[in-house]
Amino acid sequence: MMPRAKLKAQKVEAAETLLAERALPGGGAWLRRAREAARARLVEMGLPSKRDEYWRYTDPRRLTALEAEAGKLHDTQGEAPVFDGFDRLKIVFVDGVFDADASDALAMEGVEICPLADAAGMDLHWARDLYGALEARGQAPVERPLASLNTAYATEGLLIRITGKPAKPISLIYQRSDQQADAILHHVIRVEDGAEATVLENGPMASRFNQVMEVDIAEGAVLHHIRAQGRDHERAGAAHLFVRLGAEAQLKSFTLTANGALIRNEAVIWLDGADGSAHIAGATVGDGAFHHDDTVFVNHAAPRCESRQVFKKVLRHGAVGVFQGKILVDQVAQLTDGYQISQSLLLDEDAQFLAKPELEIYADDVKCSHGSTSGEIDPSQLFYLRARGLPEDQAKMLLVLAFLAEALEEIADPAYADDLRDRLEAWLKRRG
Amino acid sequence: MLEIKNLHCDLEEDSEVKILKGLSLTVNPGEVHAIMGPNGSGKSTLSYVLSGRDGYEVTEGSAMLDGADLLEMEPEERAAAGLFLAFQYPVEIPGVGNMTFLRTAVNAQRKARGEEELSAGEFLKLLRAKAKELQIDADMLKRPVNVGFSGGEKKRNEILQMAMLEPRMCILDETDSGLDVDAMKLVSDGVNALRAKDRAFLVITHYQRLLNHIKPDFVHIMHDGRIIKSGGPELALEVEENGYGDLLAEAGV
Repeated sequence: MMPRAKLKAQKVEAAETLLAERALPGGGAWLRRAREAARARLVEMGLPSKRDEYWRYTDPRRLTALEAEAGKLHDTQGEAPVFDGFDRLKIVFVDGVFDADASDALAMEGVEICPLADAAGMDLHWARDLYGALEARGQAPVERPLASLNTAYATEGLLIRITGKPAKPISLIYQRSDQQADAILHHVIRVEDGAEATVLENGPMASRFNQVMEVDIAEGAVLHHIRAQGRDHERAGAAHLFVRLGAEAQLKSFTLTANGALIRNEAVIWLDGADGSAHIAGATVGDGAFHHDDTVFVNHAAPRCESRQVFKKVLRHGAVGVFQGKILVDQVAQLTDGYQISQSLLLDEDAQFLAKPELEIYADDVKCSHGSTSGEIDPSQLFYLRARGLPEDQAKMLLVLAFLAEALEEIADPAYADDLRDRLEAWLKRRG
Repeated sequence: MLEIKNLHCDLEEDSEVKILKGLSLTVNPGEVHAIMGPNGSGKSTLSYVLSGRDGYEVTEGSAMLDGADLLEMEPEERAAAGLFLAFQYPVEIPGVGNMTFLRTAVNAQRKARGEEELSAGEFLKLLRAKAKELQIDADMLKRPVNVGFSGGEKKRNEILQMAMLEPRMCILDETDSGLDVDAMKLVSDGVNALRAKDRAFLVITHYQRLLNHIKPDFVHIMHDGRIIKSGGPELALEVEENGYGDLLAEAGV
């Protein structure tokens, strides 16, 4: 095994090489400071390496390489994108760059939306207390260097301040036009006291993407976050979601992932105020050369909060699914209710699921449970369905969708859950 | 309707374990046959072999439904052909709503038979009427299949499926197990309501008490993979009074 000091030196050298040719983007003082601090954090940490405990199951090289690998654009064959039928405020990014012409006007009652590129020119912005701040906090207890890289170099993204209850969901649509685009997107969302909104994300984004979303949910506020990472297969990307919740605040975040050569989704959630509630869920379907990693950290830092992590993966033909999930309960967080489940359904013997569930509890009066399972389709359930007349393929499909249902149920509005379920069904049907 | 001749089977994973050893039985339309027998006589295996469950190897004999070879068919083909097995242990399927399951099953069978699928409205109307007869409430229809159902609820749910699918040949595998008196009456009433000239039943049971409610035309005693004695309803009463001992001795086993 490589000595720790030597590994560290290699990681730092890799970071310096990556940054050598890249000048920090300019901007107003608030942003410049955040970028400089993030760059310094990155140089201090170095780039992630497969030898890091935290990257044991996922090789980060494709994410840290100097150049993005090119990836074929997927022919959708006229299939409508997800959320297509919903009335929403559409905001379009093409290859990771905001496209004002393709987007709706950034105006809706109850929300202020400003592209990061516009805010960069201002001397002051409300986002300065958050931009890079939640990311910096998320560097402990484990380092997340890709997120610092993002904070330092992102010039695209949205600063969204939700002040009321906007009538429509805010829908971020990530289109691709270039085979080799390397996208860095950084969003900041602040949900003010008592406000409530839904943020949707979908689209392939780029052949390589590095996305950070920093979210601050104030007292009694609610955020619904629904993300669909699908379509183009030849992509690699890392997405970090940092969420801080105040007292009685609520988060419901759901991610559907289908396709993608290498996708790492990290979520870091702090329940900072009493009586908060954070649910984070994911449904993943992988076929063939597919590597998907959900890495989740939930910190109960106040009393009487509730958290749920529900992750379900259906894998076959060599697809690899990873789940690293941790619940950390601070000493003050009495009466915590924490739940974590990660399950895989392996449709053949080539697929692989690697899970590392962790609990770390310092309070004495808490309820925390976690479980992780890996299995195949239950033959007695399959027979029961067939004995009632369902053909084998249809019966298997029903059981696969049933397996994913617990994750989809974490979406509050069933209309979105139904839409995503239909996508999953179509995906499964296409693959037979 | 159902014609079983000299049926032999053993366990797929261990051919030394022989379960059915030459079972023959003919069931005509409109008839109710009861199969009784001590534990381990092969009663449930018979129901599984007829419905097509994996794990058994038929080594000899035949089983025909309306002249078609059941043993050559997939389980779903047998169902579409009109065979129904009410399970001794109905399977729980989390994540699949009971109503969705029923509608998918009804339409899958209709499709396999070349019939038009039922619309959502037609299906719902039919389901509500049948569910009411079995005292199955809306909540039970919304919940995932059999999940959190009591023993009685599971069995009523089996009969509801039978009522919705309208099979011609119904096999009831120990439908009385785990039922209290009231539930047994409800389930039996559900079965009796389905008795018809062109439909037949094979009722597998350990005890005679179910046969007080579902009155059989014929009773067969099964032992060691074979039918050792057949008769009328009085045979069930004999078992009730004297147990299986005398019958087995009489048959020389």
